[in-house]
Parts: sequence; structure tokens; C-alpha cells
Amino acid sequence: MQRDLLIREMQAILGPEGVISEREQLRSYECDGLMNYRVIPELVVLPETAEHVQSVVKLCYNEGIPFVARGSGTGLSGGALPVESGVLIVLSRLRRILEVDIPNQRVIVEPGVINIWVSQEVADEGYYYAPDPASQIVSSIGGNLAENSGGVHCLKYGFTTNHVMGAEIVLPDGSMVNVGGGMAPDAPGYELLGAFVGSEGTLGIATKITLRIVRKPEAVRTLLAAFKDTEEAGGAVSGIIGGGIVPAAIEMMDSLCIEAVETAVHPGFPQAGAILIVELDGPAAEVEDQFQHTIRVCEENDASEVRIAEDDEERALFWKGRKAAFAAMGRIANDYYVQDSVVPRTELGAVLKRISELGSEYGMRVANVFHAGDGNLHPLVLYDNDVPGEAEKAEALAGDIVFTCLEHGGSLTGEHGIGEDKKKYMPKMFTTEDLDTMQLLRCAFDPHQICNPGKIFPTPRLCGERPGPFRMHPVQKAGLAENF
Amino acid sequence: MDRNNDSLDPRENNNPYDATDATERKNDVATPTNQDAAAQSIGAGSPDDLPDDTFASRSAVKQTVGIGRKTESGSFMFPAFDDHHPPEKDLIDDCVHCGFCLPTCPTYVLFGEEMDSPRGRIYLMNKGLNEEPMNDQMVRHWDLCLGCMACVTACPSGVQYDKLIEATRGQVERRYERTAQDKAFREMIFQIFPYPERLRLMAAPLKLYQRFGVGDMLHKAGVMKLLPKRMRAMEALMPMLSEHHELPEVTEAVGEKRRRVGFIKGCVQRVFFSDVNAATVRVLAAEGCEVVTPKLQGCCGALSVHAGREEEFEGFARKLIDTFEGLELDNIIINAAGCGSTLKEYGYLLRDDPEYAERASRFAEKVKDVTEFIQELGPVAERNPLPVAAAYHDACHLAHAQGVRRQPRQTLKQIPGMEVREIKEAEICCGSAGIYNMIEPEPATELGDRKAKNVLNTGARMIVTSNPGCMLQIQASLKRMGHSMPMAHPMEVLDASIRGEDIETLLEK
Repeated sequence: MQRDLLIREMQAILGPEGVISEREQLRSYECDGLMNYRVIPELVVLPETAEHVQSVVKLCYNEGIPFVARGSGTGLSGGALPVESGVLIVLSRLRRILEVDIPNQRVIVEPGVINIWVSQEVADEGYYYAPDPASQIVSSIGGNLAENSGGVHCLKYGFTTNHVMGAEIVLPDGSMVNVGGGMAPDAPGYELLGAFVGSEGTLGIATKITLRIVRKPEAVRTLLAAFKDTEEAGGAVSGIIGGGIVPAAIEMMDSLCIEAVETAVHPGFPQAGAILIVELDGPAAEVEDQFQHTIRVCEENDASEVRIAEDDEERALFWKGRKAAFAAMGRIANDYYVQDSVVPRTELGAVLKRISELGSEYGMRVANVFHAGDGNLHPLVLYDNDVPGEAEKAEALAGDIVFTCLEHGGSLTGEHGIGEDKKKYMPKMFTTEDLDTMQLLRCAFDPHQICNPGKIFPTPRLCGERPGPFRMHPVQKAGLAENF
Repeated sequence: MDRNNDSLDPRENNNPYDATDATERKNDVATPTNQDAAAQSIGAGSPDDLPDDTFASRSAVKQTVGIGRKTESGSFMFPAFDDHHPPEKDLIDDCVHCGFCLPTCPTYVLFGEEMDSPRGRIYLMNKGLNEEPMNDQMVRHWDLCLGCMACVTACPSGVQYDKLIEATRGQVERRYERTAQDKAFREMIFQIFPYPERLRLMAAPLKLYQRFGVGDMLHKAGVMKLLPKRMRAMEALMPMLSEHHELPEVTEAVGEKRRRVGFIKGCVQRVFFSDVNAATVRVLAAEGCEVVTPKLQGCCGALSVHAGREEEFEGFARKLIDTFEGLELDNIIINAAGCGSTLKEYGYLLRDDPEYAERASRFAEKVKDVTEFIQELGPVAERNPLPVAAAYHDACHLAHAQGVRRQPRQTLKQIPGMEVREIKEAEICCGSAGIYNMIEPEPATELGDRKAKNVLNTGARMIVTSNPGCMLQIQASLKRMGHSMPMAHPMEVLDASIRGEDIETLLEK
């Protein structure tokens, strides 16, 4: 279909203000939260209703035009990276909270609704929405759903998938379906909702999402403990969890990260090799008892300081420091490259040591901030994009970190998704048969591969190309072949 | 999976598991909050009383703003920026594209578009530095920025968006060819507002206009609709004029003299809100300050610098520095948020001027917002009770640009009987934004109505805010919604308390 004709058809559906086609405007959509990959989309459309989304997808399906859905554009794996000659469907105008049903503990929202709005909406009733990615003040529920987002509190409460009860989905052929239950706890048949959550926008676009909200706990206690290094802090983590406590959250930051955060939001963190933020919640008596135990474990592991949040304000300050960590990297480096690997908790010490060695080998700084409770690492490789070669070096270092994690029995991603960024590592973790099985599911939903194509699955372009950070194929180098 | 389009399910239209049907019932669950009850008890309105179209559809607003249409002037500049103060690459690089600024940006809240967010605007600046020409679309997205600096507060990476947008606007004003009509309107504003004498001349016929209700007559006759929308916006914003107070050049401190301070009168403030200035001087004196108010003082240049009119700004700034230099002042006090933020930046803004750079820095170091100053000094004058619930509205240029949030609240809370209520979405701009509500009336109006709705929801009896622009803007929105609410500057409230005025007297002002 001709571009002009496509624009006219889209405008017929959405009105002139729902279609963005000027080059400079399109460029502001060329990347999401991960700036390493950039593709200018052919068109950006901004639907305002579920019906708009359906009509747009139908048009794309009929014309065989690939499309990608995007929420707030904060993803860290390039999951909302546009495809060339494709349409970017931006859901930021679908941002209504449609229904609040307190007795049944559910809220129905549109995909563009921002995560924290849900908690704000039900706060007065004593409820909140548990999954809280660090980006919760801006990331959208639709995006959370696509990536199966975690957050600092998912050690105890589970990921997004544990809090989604149902969804209305526009499938890649433009038909609209409902998956999952509503108020009933489980629906018979295949657990399609489970397949959809975390599918990174490759199975369709959710247009209405039913979320579970939970009651605010009776008591919350938070402490911050400072340690000489990450190893000692790691010892405390093992001690706490080994003692039978399931903290609501247990987070670790290393010294470089503390420095950045301190410059950015001044939470008043102690100067230390590592700090832990531990939060316990639940019935008051239980929390109090476990809290004392937690303090003892920290002290036994030679914590140089244990600071207890005296009130909500101080607690908020601890978390402000933690949640600003990624963005605060802007204070100490021009660019950063973040990985999201998960390792068994018992391997944390060894993996962190290896990461530090790798940093020295490459001569680059790596800051660490992570969910210590479930071993979900977030090593941030700091670099400067304006120095030629640094970006490639950073990516190579990040790759080595991933391989280290896999060697220690880990996984590629905890919560950021594979997207564009980590698909090259997929064959390191899965066999061809594994990947083929995943493809079968994907093709059942999207046989024509028009829905967020090119993501998750590795696409070696030339035979013999090794998955890994991009490097030119010898045949390309010789000028005998081109990428296609 | 049940396919809606070919389902045989008899429960289809009444399926409790079906999220789509459930949406129809959304209105049933709304429960009135305590605040609503409080609001009703004192007769304050609720947003439910507003017509449904108060918040028009995104695209309707977008359409009137003119985004997505073909170019205005067809102007095209490559490269986008020249060497004179382009947006600095280093500052742009501080942005890591995390998007934390999006939900606090008023234009992103309205339009939900990347280009109308701080992250998108910075992205466009970067493109302008490297690859893309400056053209109508780019300029349009920069123009639509209110300059409220909520993003500066929200940014965990410390991006100095204020410096970036000011530099960009300077480039746009110098290099970009606006349409003749746009240029003329902007020129008119800048020939009037920074000149209190001209503002007063314009205000004189306005006084007659108001006294004889000409505005209402014209509205009834439908004549106003014939005016261009920008002129109508100006008319709607015009305040009722107060009596003019001439301030003495020197006001003696009451009791022991603790400080000698200079007072900057502001332009809009001195013409339209001279009561606020008189109250400020009385309060400062009561707190033990000798107040010096130079009679002949010009504009501080805030409006110019926010619009990228660099040379004009520099002229104003140099003159004001001359006026206040050599008066041996401990501090220089300002009560208007918009002026204050620029005054504090004088050192940076005049950094290239060999003769003035250092003097500007010295000047800027002395500048304090009046509430900030009083809290630092420590209050001594006795406060008399004012039993009232007041909604405090953060002026963007006080809260975001100067980081002054605690002090005005503290100033109010120190008054016995005063209850300070917080406004929902406090961080989002009311749409006034200097001259923005005259240049871009549609988005400004929508933001104003949104703010007014949140103000009404507090159930407070009055609004207190530190910026004349915000007062005019919120008042205009309330009026449009058929409401009115007493409004005061924190200094008027404090003055009333120190002087032992009755609360009803304050509310009637």
C-alpha cells in the first residue's frame, strides 16, 4: 500500500491528530527506554479507544503491514522498538481507569494507564496494586503486562502475571477476544492469559486489563544496612531468607550506585561498599518479631550501620533512592547499558566477583543494583556513546556478564524482557527445539508475523553468523554480501 | 478464549467475566469522598457539576493547537542551531531517556505524545544538533512547552531542562521566521507587559470598561466572539483592578532593625496587584526589615528570557542591576515566583558579559523569595488567628524552578487557625506560564480548568498562591465554570494576620 494512502486510511479511523507522519516527529519515537537501538517507524498512530486499536490492527493485517505496540516507552530491552516500514501503535491515550470494584478486589484499566495511578486510585480504600517496577511512576500497565514486569516487592508478592485476572486482547488478525477470568479465580481450558502476559507484544495488544488489588499490610518496617562489600551484604541476604523470613523486598546497591543516587536524589545513604534495603510487611506482631531477627542477622554479618525508617517519610526516602537508581546513572556517566540476568541466590557472591573482574579486564565501570532476594541482577555498564568504540565495548562486556550468569545456572532476564536486545543470547539458553516450540505458540496467534516481528527470537541473518554482540560477518567484511 | 464476533455464548451480553460489559457499570461504584462532603457543606462546587465537555477529547484540543497540520511558514533552517548558545550537548547527554518526566509534563498529560514531552523535546534538540534542520514541526513542539519545569523536579538524572529550553528558544527567536500574525501578536505583548507605565495606560480604559460592565455587555451581544481567540484569551484573563499604592522609597523597620532589604515590585504585580506589594512591605517591616523600594525600577526580563528574547532580556537585567547596586542591601526580595526564578539566574544568564557577569552573580546571590526569606530570618511579629481552610497552589516558578515548597506552607501554618490543604496534581502547571495563556489559549484553558477542578475538590474556602499569573489564570477558569473563590498571596494572608484583621475581611478583598 502506498504511504499516502495508508496515512489517509489511518486518518479516516483516528482523525488527523491521531496519525503522526512527519519525519522529525517520528524520530522522537525511534527508541524506547533503551537508546542503543533506533528505528524510525513509517507511521505512529495514537488510538483513543479499543475500537480504534482494533480497526488499526485490521487495516495492518489486511495490508500485511507489521506493527508494534508502545505504552510509555520506558522498556529496557527494546521491546517497543519500531520496525521499518511498520506502524507504531502508541497507547498513551488509552488511559482511563474503567472500573474500581473494591469488594471483588479488582480494577479494570486501559493499557495506557500508568502503574502508580492504580494504587493511587484505591489508596483511600486501603488497597494497592502490588507489582511495583522502579519505573512505576511512568510505565504503563499495558507495557507491564507485555514484559511481565517485576519490581522490588515481587519476591513476596509475585510478578505482574500473578496480579492480572483477565484481559481484552486485539489479536494480530484484528479480532477481539477476552482471556482469563473476571471475578472467578480460574477459568477452564488453556491458560491463555498466562501465555499472553510476558509475550512482549508478539501475541496481540491488550486493550482492557483486569487487575487484582491487595489490601495494604497492617504493618510495614523498613531498614537500611551498610556493609563493607557486596559479599558481606550477600551473606546477610542468605541469613535472612535462610532464617525462614520472606521479606516484602530485599534490595542491594553497590558503592558506585550509591554514589550516583546520592548525587541525584540525596537520600542520605551511608558511604559503604554495599547497602541493603530490607522491607517486611504483614501482621504487626509477626513483622516486629521478624524485623528484630533481620536486624540481628545484619549485625552478625558485620553491618557497619543499620538504619531503621522511623516513619513513612523516611521509608519513602529509602525507596526514592532505590527507584531512581537507573536514571541516576546520568549523573556519573553519559550512557549506560543495563542487563537483567537472574542467578540462583546462592551464586550471587561468585557472580558479583566475576562481574567486578570483567569490569577491570575491560577497563569499564559497572554499577550494581539488584533484587537480592530472588537473585535478579541489574549490572549497569557505564560508557560514553560519543567515544568511538565504547558502545560496542560496553555491549561486549554486558554480553560476557550474561554468559557468566548462564554458566552459574542463571537466566537471561528477570523482568525487562528479551525484546530486541537479548534475542541474540537466546540460543545460549535454549535449544533449537525449545525455540521452535515457542515459535509454534507465537505462530498460532500471529501466523503472518506482523505483530512486533523480529523480537524475542534470534534471527541469524547470514548462515554461520554467531549469536552475540553485533559484529560484521566475514563475508560482509569482504564486501561479498549485504545485510538484508 | 471467546471470540466476541462469532460467539454462541448465550451469556454474551451479560457475562460477569467479560471486562467489556463491566465498563458500563463504572459509574455505580463512585462514592463521594470526605472532601466532597466538606466542599458541599460550604457551598463549594464539585467537578460533577461541570458540563461533560469540560475536558474535551484529546484530538479536539490537538486540532485547535494545530499539530499535525501542514507547516505554518514553511521556514527551514540547517543546521538547526548556530554557535551562539545552542542547547549544550553535555546537558542533553544527561538525559538517559528514562521517561520519568512524562507524567508531570502538562502537554504530555494533555496530548499523550512523545514530542510534547520533555524527553521528546530534548530528543528533538539533540537531532537539531546533529542531523535534522529546524523546521515548523520542531518549533511547534518547543513552543508548546509551558516552561513550568515540573520535569526538572521529576528528573532523577538532573537534566537541566530549564537551560536547554531557554537556549533553544533563543535560537528559535533569532533564526526562525514566524508568520507575520504570530510575530505581531508576540511583539505587542512584549511592547506592553514589561513596561509598567504602558501596562497602566492600558489598564486605565480597562478600569472604565470594568466599572460600566462593558465586558458583560459585549459578551451578551456576542461581540467578543468576533475577536481573534488570542485577544479573547487576554480579555478573559484581565483582573479587576485594585487601587494603586505608591510605595515609599524607604520603609523603616518596626522595632529592632534586623536586615536592610531591597524590594522588587514586579510589573504585573505592581499594576494589577499593588495590594500584594503593599502587604509584602508591611510584613517585611513588621519582621524587622528596613525596606528599600527604588521608585524607578524596570522589568526583570523574566518574560523575555522565557520567550528567547535574549537581547531584550539583557537590557532589562543590566538596568535592574544598576538600580539596586550600591544600596548596601543584605537581601533583595521578590514576591512574584516568575520574576524570582529569573532573578536568581542572572549570574548564569549574563555569564558572557564581561562588565556585568560578576555583578550579576552578586546580585543573584542576594535574591530571595519573600517566604523563603521570612523563614530563614525566623518570624518575630505576632500572628493573630485566621480560622480558615486554604488551598495552597504551588506556582511552578517557585516550586519547580526555585525549589521553594516548604517555606510558603510553613508561613501559612504559623498562623493560628490556618489549615493548609493540598491540591491534587499539585505538580502540574495551571497553564498560566508567563505569557503562555495568551499565546496558546487552548491548552492553557484546559490546564486551567483541570487545576480549578482540583482546587474546588479540596473544599477549601480560599486559594493562596505566590504568582500573579497563576491567580489570573485560576480565577479565569473558576469564572468560566461559574464559580468564584477568594484568592490571596501568602503575604496578604500574613499581613492580615499580623494586623489582626478579621478573616471575613480578608475573604472579601
